[in-house]
Order: sequence, then C-alpha cells, then structure tokens
Amino acid sequence: MKLPEHYRYSKEHEWVQLKGDIATIGITDYAQEQLGDVVFVELPEVGHVFHVNKSLATVESVKAVSEVYAPVGGQVIEANSSLSSSPELVNNDPYGVAWFVRIKLSNIQDLDQLMSANEYQSYVIEESD
Amino acid sequence: MGSFGGWNLPIEYSGIIREHLAVRTHAGLFDISHMGEINIRGKEALALLQQVTCNDVSRLSKGQIQYSAILNEEGTFVDDILVHRLGPNEFLLCVNASNKDQDYQHISMQNHFDAEIRDLSSQYAQFAIQGPKAACILQNLVNVNLSDIRYYRFDHGLLDGISCLIARTGYTGEDGFEIYFLAEWAEKIWERLAERGQAEGMLFAGLGARNTLRLEAKMALYGHEINEQTTPWEAGLGWIVSMKKGNFTGKSALVQELRRGVQKTLIGFEMRGPGIGRDGYVFFKDGKKVGWVTSGSPAPFLRKNIGLGYVNEKDSRIGAVLDIQVRKHLVPAVIVETPFYRRKNY
Repeated sequence: MKLPEHYRYSKEHEWVQLKGDIATIGITDYAQEQLGDVVFVELPEVGHVFHVNKSLATVESVKAVSEVYAPVGGQVIEANSSLSSSPELVNNDPYGVAWFVRIKLSNIQDLDQLMSANEYQSYVIEESD
Repeated sequence: MGSFGGWNLPIEYSGIIREHLAVRTHAGLFDISHMGEINIRGKEALALLQQVTCNDVSRLSKGQIQYSAILNEEGTFVDDILVHRLGPNEFLLCVNASNKDQDYQHISMQNHFDAEIRDLSSQYAQFAIQGPKAACILQNLVNVNLSDIRYYRFDHGLLDGISCLIARTGYTGEDGFEIYFLAEWAEKIWERLAERGQAEGMLFAGLGARNTLRLEAKMALYGHEINEQTTPWEAGLGWIVSMKKGNFTGKSALVQELRRGVQKTLIGFEMRGPGIGRDGYVFFKDGKKVGWVTSGSPAPFLRKNIGLGYVNEKDSRIGAVLDIQVRKHLVPAVIVETPFYRRKNY
C-alpha cells in the first residue's frame, strides 16, 4: 500500500493528516498488518482531551489488545463511528475510511516529532529487520 | 511466528479469520509437531495407565482412542491427553508440548509396574487436517480406506509410501485426522497435502485459528480451563473420569470433592455488549467479583464474542447475565449452552 505523501507518521505507526489546526489520526498499513484481523475498535468520546503519547484508542485483533498512542495532543472533535460496525475497515483502508479521530491540535510543536512519508518508510524497513 | 512450549510456531499464515472459516467450510492443515508422544509398553502397561490416568483404559480395543487426563493426588490436572491403544500391551499417549516432561516424570515416578515408558516426541512429527474436505483430500494420498476409520479410532497406513498412524481425532470440532509419522518425512508430507488440498480450498492454519476453533467447540486448553488448580468435576470433564475402574492417582481427592460439593464450575458465555471478554478478565455480579474468564475471543464462524470461565456454582445458571470488566467498563455477558458450535453430521 502506498504511503500518502502529505501525511506525517509516528514511531508508533500512527499517521496524521493536518488541515489548519484540525488533525485526522489513524494507524498505518504496517500497523494493521502486524495486528492481523481487527475485530474491535474503542475510540475516545468527543470532547476528550489528551496529551501527545498518551493512550488515545484501543484496537483489538483476534488474539490481542493494542493501544493506539496520540501522535499529537489535542481535543477530540469527531470519532469515526463506522469503525464500531465495521472494524475490518482498519485492515482494508487504514489511510482512508478507517481514520480513528479528528482532533483540534493543542500544540503545533507536537508535529516536529513526526516523520515524513520517506522517513517513515525507512523507519519501517529498519523495524522489520 | 510465536513462541509456544519451547517451539517456534506460526500464529497465522494468511489471517486467523480466513483460516478458521476455511476449516469450518473446506479444510485446514495444521503443523502440530510440537505435541508430545509417549509410548508405554510391557506386560503391565495397562495397569500403569489405569493408575496414572483417570479414564478407563481397559475399555479401549486395539485401534481405539480415548480422551483422558493425568491427575495428581489432589485430583487436579497435570495434563489432558489422548490414549491410543496400539496393542494388548502397548499404548501411545499424545500429550501437550508444554507438559511433556512433567507428564513423563509423573508417569515414571509411579511406574512400579512391568512397563517401559519412552518419550518419542523428538522422533515424531504430527499434522492435523481438519474440515469437511479433510477426508477426501487425505484419501487421495493414503492406502487405507478412511471411511473405515471411525471417530476416535486410528489405523496405520502409507501416505505416499510413508508409514503413518492416521487417527480420526482433532481439536477443531470438525471431521478430520491427526497424522503421526517420523519427523524426517514432515516436509514431504506437508507438500503432498498442500498440493492435494489446494484444489479443495484447504488453507494452512496456525495457532491463532487452532485456538478460536477449539473455543467454539468448547474444548479445554491446558493452562486455561484446566490446570493444577482445577479438578475434572469443575471443568465439566466428569465424563473422562471412571470411578468404577479401581484406584487411580487423584481418585480419593475426587471422591472427597463430591462429598464437600464442587466449588466452581466452568461456564460458556456470549458478550451482550460492545467488548471482548478475554483470558483473565473478571466476572462481576451486583458489583462483586464472582469468577474469571479462562478463554475469551471473537468466534469467527459464529460471529460473536464468546468465552469460557469459572464462576461459583450458584451463579452458573444458563441465561444468567454477568458483567465482565473490559478495561474501564463493565460489559454484560450471558451464560449460554455449550458447545457454542456443533458440526452437522457426526
């Protein structure tokens, strides 16, 4: 799956798409592959405020429960409800319809910790070795 | 890949759900060579096994198999096993990988009989082919008529010229076979089965699907439903205990337990709210802890989230609703009949 060029990526395999101060967050194709079949996604409530690197959501595969960590901090303005009825979207379209939350960014500097598509690409190759 | 009982095993090949569904609708091929094989032979092999296992071995004729258990003096599980009768004085035990050495020790320490115990695990490999298409796939490769091998029976045959023990047993709730052969032939047999199976929709299946399949069929997993703190009465496995056969290790503890009353009981549940009740999660009723989950998971074929767990006898009624703590929430679950899944034709 091709990495969207205009997204930013975290070491924990989340992606961020920025429009003004609204960030859309999801998990990467590499993350969904590692997880296997996703069967359950637990998202935070709208209004919830969290700091960067704190647990943002929980993704469950058949075998395991995994935490998703906030790549940037902020307040949840929208949570993707289609993931409760169709968790498998996370496996099928991790960069598109399977976004997790939209947040209002609280600290623009959080973005500095994120990688570009190319940097993330190299990072994943290193991780896989 | 994952580590299991000292072995490096695939959790999945192409996806747990795909593999699970393939076994229920076509066939799946499992490499279960990590399982242990212990041979017991001698004039008093039967007597030794009657002492160290809880089921009645004398009921087995040659070519027959029984599910059984090795118990300790407290009546709790050392392991659950399959006993195959090879002959009047010879038996093959199939045991769990993680308990093989303890099983061997346990049996050896009680061997005051004219019987020889041999751990053949490193010599044997084992595959399981399971599903409605398993028999027709395997039949192409073997020289014995598989329809003559009934459930929980076995025969010796040749698979592509290689000597095998072919048993109609399994850990999935489907029809199928478990095949034992010398380890050096493992790759060749795997390839033959893969070639033949492909046309019938067979997939390779790993430990992940192995677990979800056995859970739907309500089959116990050592370390979860059964362990050294659990008795057969609690685990719903009284049917493998023969109180009539004479003394065996653990018998008096089991008798006493029946007198005192069984403390906890194994139940099956289905989640009734969003969330998956997983191994180790706690059951609550009216705010009080009443038990725990031993195995919990999504059930790919049933498309529900199910599990097994222990509760107090008084809280075990079918239809009763319990709460399971899933992270920060209490999610309702209902106690249901088991097995969750039963295949259509036996």
